[in-house]
Amino acid sequence: MFDLDLGPLWLTLQLAGITVLVLLLVGTPIAWWLAFTSSRFRTVIEAVVALPIVLPPTVLGFYLLIALGPNGPIGGPWKEVTGAALSFTFTGLVIASTFYSLPFVVQPLHGAFETLGRKPLEAAWALGASKLDTFFTVASPMAIRGYLTAIVLGFAHTLGEFGVVLMVGGNIPGHTKVLSIAIYDHVEVLEYAQAHTLSVGLLVFSFLILLFVYSLNRRLPIHVS
Amino acid sequence: MSQLIANFNVTFPSFHLKVNATLPAQGITAVFGPSGCGKTTLLRCLAGLERSPTGTMILENEVWQDETQGIFLPLSRRPVGYVFQEPRLFPHLNIRSNLLYGWKRTPAEARKISLDHVVQILDLEPLLHRYPSRLSGGEQQRIAIGRALLTSPRLLLMDEPLSSLDMQRKQEILPFIQRLDTEFHIPVIYVTHVLHEVMQLAQTLLLLKGGTVTGIGPLEKVFSQLNLRQLIPESHLGAVIDTHVAEHDKEYGLTKLQFAGGQLSVPHQDRSIGEFVRVQILAKDVSIVSSQPAFQSSVLNVLEATIVEIGPVDSGQSFVDIKLDMGVPLLATITRKSLTTLKLHPGQRVYAQIKTVALSHEALD
Repeated sequence: MFDLDLGPLWLTLQLAGITVLVLLLVGTPIAWWLAFTSSRFRTVIEAVVALPIVLPPTVLGFYLLIALGPNGPIGGPWKEVTGAALSFTFTGLVIASTFYSLPFVVQPLHGAFETLGRKPLEAAWALGASKLDTFFTVASPMAIRGYLTAIVLGFAHTLGEFGVVLMVGGNIPGHTKVLSIAIYDHVEVLEYAQAHTLSVGLLVFSFLILLFVYSLNRRLPIHVS
Repeated sequence: MSQLIANFNVTFPSFHLKVNATLPAQGITAVFGPSGCGKTTLLRCLAGLERSPTGTMILENEVWQDETQGIFLPLSRRPVGYVFQEPRLFPHLNIRSNLLYGWKRTPAEARKISLDHVVQILDLEPLLHRYPSRLSGGEQQRIAIGRALLTSPRLLLMDEPLSSLDMQRKQEILPFIQRLDTEFHIPVIYVTHVLHEVMQLAQTLLLLKGGTVTGIGPLEKVFSQLNLRQLIPESHLGAVIDTHVAEHDKEYGLTKLQFAGGQLSVPHQDRSIGEFVRVQILAKDVSIVSSQPAFQSSVLNVLEATIVEIGPVDSGQSFVDIKLDMGVPLLATITRKSLTTLKLHPGQRVYAQIKTVALSHEALD
């Protein structure tokens, strides 16, 4: 047997998991605002959120590299507060992935909230529920399919990230060397067996996750018409 | 008497609502008018879902909105129940949890209505453990009503709650709504564009047209307004009279209904003596004779009345509306020619021949 380092796999799962959590916290308010605002800035924000879909990852990665750098608008303040740099670190990768995968979480949630509409919210308010109460006990359960889609897409998209990671994170084992880059490395030096193992692992894992989520989705008792 | 004071003045891109109304905070008040006249908007103003920049809303000395003092309670803090056109049940909760959603959020000391009572009145027992998507529209709307009641509201707002249901379901739910007042003593504001529902349910009527109030007051008073012709379909033009069953005439199969000005004979009604019956006498079914008919008439109900007011005489029109007083107001539509021939004038004693008496529980439309 060849020597296979599973570090990148573990790191990738960590990165995708944390990114999805951050994205749910950041993306939910954005999606809610987009679904219910009548502000004329709505379309502008919508376009900005969708940018990572059309931009080449290297372009996004390039700007993120500058932003996360010691003199950048994100990296600079971060360094002042924590004393550490952001570029070429795991935290930097999480921030970069958050931007990169943002539309894949915001768009399904936005759609789900829009489908939901104001009607159930008004019904909940009339029954004495505050806005926050309504969000957690009516809106979120009714938008559960939107959440599932957002989690799957956000997770899967972060798993497959390559260009942005390469630009922002580099290739530091244990810190920023994620699966896709490990596979690339193996192929570069013609270690096809290792590349195969990691690729098959990722393939099967992704398939199982999707299968689980879709079958769960089918069983959900909620049918929002 | 406890009152509901509502003053709203709101402008929308295509519509303006201006209402200054004082309504009794008891019984059922119907808000009636054609589609787009602002009925739903008025209800949403009462609920606090729309905010009139110069609005006032006071229920029994409790101020919910007074913009001059910067007071505006959001819907979640107003003790109102709101039954929408569609049931709007929460699909992820079973019926029991739907019913208790508002109850749980009502302070314990304000809870006056129990789950058991609502389940019994609305006949919900067999549905409690099912989910909304499995129920018929009528069942869902009953639950929506129960869910609103369980917040023990001080005011119940209903926005055409029967509009999405077929005739049979409507007849199934109407009695429940009728019983709300007697069972729970909650004032109801009931929006509808169906006069039949107004007749069956309301004690007070607010007529809306183009965002303004064109008639307000007790049902029988509004229904004897001479300008009614401009406000409601002609097929419904006529006085509404509240009566009680006085006696049954078994020999001829008739029932006699007692009202403030006398008795009306109608075909036999399967009702007990003393029971409340609301009738409508359409203006076109009333003819006027200026003296006691010398000939026998086949018309059963001939009542003495005084002419109160004669409607505008328009030379382009064949008909004139006349307002009579026979202890209660009565409207009659006669031809312009008869008005001249009989030389009718206000204050004159006449006889009103009433051809047909419509009972409000019969389908009028």
